[in-house]
Amino acid sequence: MNSLSFFARLGFGLMALALFGIPAYPQESPYIVTYDHYLEEPGSLDVEYFSTFGTQRAGNDFHSYWVEFEYGATAWWTTEVYLDGQTTFGDSTVFTGFRWENRFRLLQREHFINPVLYIEYENTNGADKILKEVEGHDVEADFGDPNSLAREEHDHELEFKLILSKTFKGWNVALNPIATKNLTGGEPWEFGYAIGTSRPLALKASAKACNFCAENFTAGVEMYGGLGERHSFGLNETSHYLAPVVAWNLPSSWTLRLSPGFGLNDNSHRFLLRWGVSREFSGFGSAISRLFGGKPGGTPGGTLGGKQ
Amino acid sequence: MIRLVCVAGFFLSLSLLASAQAIPPSSQNTLYAEMAKVPPKAAARGNPLARDPEAIGAGAKLYKQHCAECHGETGEGGHGSKKGPSLRAPEVQQASAGALFWVLTNGVVRRGMPVWSKLPEPQRWQLVSYVKSLGSPSVRAEGSPR
Repeated sequence: MNSLSFFARLGFGLMALALFGIPAYPQESPYIVTYDHYLEEPGSLDVEYFSTFGTQRAGNDFHSYWVEFEYGATAWWTTEVYLDGQTTFGDSTVFTGFRWENRFRLLQREHFINPVLYIEYENTNGADKILKEVEGHDVEADFGDPNSLAREEHDHELEFKLILSKTFKGWNVALNPIATKNLTGGEPWEFGYAIGTSRPLALKASAKACNFCAENFTAGVEMYGGLGERHSFGLNETSHYLAPVVAWNLPSSWTLRLSPGFGLNDNSHRFLLRWGVSREFSGFGSAISRLFGGKPGGTPGGTLGGKQ
Repeated sequence: MIRLVCVAGFFLSLSLLASAQAIPPSSQNTLYAEMAKVPPKAAARGNPLARDPEAIGAGAKLYKQHCAECHGETGEGGHGSKKGPSLRAPEVQQASAGALFWVLTNGVVRRGMPVWSKLPEPQRWQLVSYVKSLGSPSVRAEGSPR
């Protein structure tokens, strides 16, 4: 298959998905920074857009954003691609890089605590301001440089998280320790954390389909920040945030999220307003496979078990 | 830009690889083996919503939202690329409510069924109520069991 044909098919496939894809009812967590242990359903594609408005002392406020394509490769592996950008008011709008993230469920069944391994490769520049995670000695002052200068810095990072999560009586509690290694410049390992808890507003579902049922809303709070680096581990010169979060899972397969975040010390941005919108499409893997002449697959839900 | 295209191509390849290693059609003889793995204590749990008049209706709504894609609109089993097993089969209908709840909670990750503990416990029991109702004659008449 030549490359033109490949991309033409891919383009048509994505258009077909947008026009005729089967929307799936989402059950997304409200977190924007923290991860729980639930992965994307196999074969489903979640297309997400997130926005962060941030205030900046000694500099211009900014609006950063990212698009996220999250695909459930299997019931134990979810893979995602992010495209990042930002607008700094009074300065410019720039594309700031991409990320490729993978999450692997480590245990087959539910346990007292459920671990998921998170591995991400980042190829971003210094103007990236999406604050998807905070690590090391990331502080507000790092964001004060003009875009033209900040873009000259290039980051190739590997990021690891151990996602630990538990849901009990409707409450989800999730803790994500973070370790990051910049592959350029011989910089030391950096560390961070994110922790969150959330609960649906109603635990029982109503029998009628409804947009405004309490069961469609999940609210919670998350906290995240840096923990220094290998040679200076701790809270000194780090930034931290506390952010209430709410998600609205609509029966029409859309999810809306909102999260006002507040800096907890002088190194943090005073205020971050985040929001996001996402839509889940089921059967994406099968559709793409058929498009390229393969056997339909991506069977979610597959079986109640047993050897084949 | 070239890097971006390479990453996109890599991502697409991985997706296709994952799709290509999709779960093969299930053997009816072994399809329900997971039921036998349910711990006795879990299987003995009763459905706290068994007498809730709204449980089946709410379960039907949840089933349509989360399960019908793989197990069929009326639990008859998936078709085409969606080969979830029939929930009207005796192996399911004769299983205890606790056993169904356990399978729903833990999923069968290795075989492609996700864990559903993200649904609050009462919603999982509502789903169990609905699945068990698929074995009743009035509900069975609405669909065609495989």
